[in-house]
Amino acid sequence: MVYLTRKAEFSASHYYHNPAFSPEENQRVFGKCNNPNGHGHNYTLEVTVKGAVDPKSGFVVDLKQLKEIMNREVLDALDHRFLNKEVPEFATKIPTTENLAVAIWNRLAPKLSSAQLHRVRVYETPDLFVDVYGDAAEQNLHGAA
Amino acid sequence: MIVHLTRRYMFSASHRLHSEQFSEEENRAIYGKCNNPYGHGHNYMIEISVSGPVDGQTGMVCNLFDLDGFVRSQILERYDHQNLNLVAEFTNTVPTTENLCIAIYEIVQRGFMKAHLQKVRIEETMMNSFEYAGEESR
Repeated sequence: MVYLTRKAEFSASHYYHNPAFSPEENQRVFGKCNNPNGHGHNYTLEVTVKGAVDPKSGFVVDLKQLKEIMNREVLDALDHRFLNKEVPEFATKIPTTENLAVAIWNRLAPKLSSAQLHRVRVYETPDLFVDVYGDAAEQNLHGAA
Repeated sequence: MIVHLTRRYMFSASHRLHSEQFSEEENRAIYGKCNNPYGHGHNYMIEISVSGPVDGQTGMVCNLFDLDGFVRSQILERYDHQNLNLVAEFTNTVPTTENLCIAIYEIVQRGFMKAHLQKVRIEETMMNSFEYAGEESR
């Protein structure tokens, strides 16, 4: 089994707000992230896939294909967008980095064929990142997580 | 779905690697220039990884205000700009970054109740890093 990671960057804006909370609660829980006008980040995405090395091509996955899938499923949808207003997952979910990583996992996992998605890592800043792993996602599919 | 969240923090501290269980010659042989009696310092970069389900109301594994507050008061204030050899946990333990990793893991494990601690990773320099995820994981 070999693991391969491809990186990509995108920039997007967001804000944190739960309509079920009072204005005071939103302010207390989310602080300056609650500013309704939003703020932005340069996100770095790392997509790690795993698989056996194909003896003919020497590849775990065709990188061109992986890049196209990442561009189509993730970057085209998220880059230079206001996540709360333009990305359907965040119509009801708060676009925290946690939920963003789960959303990216859910966008990519069904689209990969030759290799299996192992990890999605999203850096919101160099000092903060979130990981979602395949095994945990599989647990979730089976209702165990 | 279980999500892992990692936050990085920095502090600067000095230390000297020296064990009373070894002779002067052995200390010099084992620890090399890290055994210099006057000590030396590093900018330590710590990564604290926590994990858990994403809270339905906040969208978070753990509120960063809580984690930042805990790390600032319990770890950064304890170690930043200190001589590690003089901090209580290193009176009888050599302040290698391995032992520092374990000490920080134990502080978080004991005191931070708002998320499951997954791992502590420390970069002592750009060229070396250490990880500790508790005994059970090894």
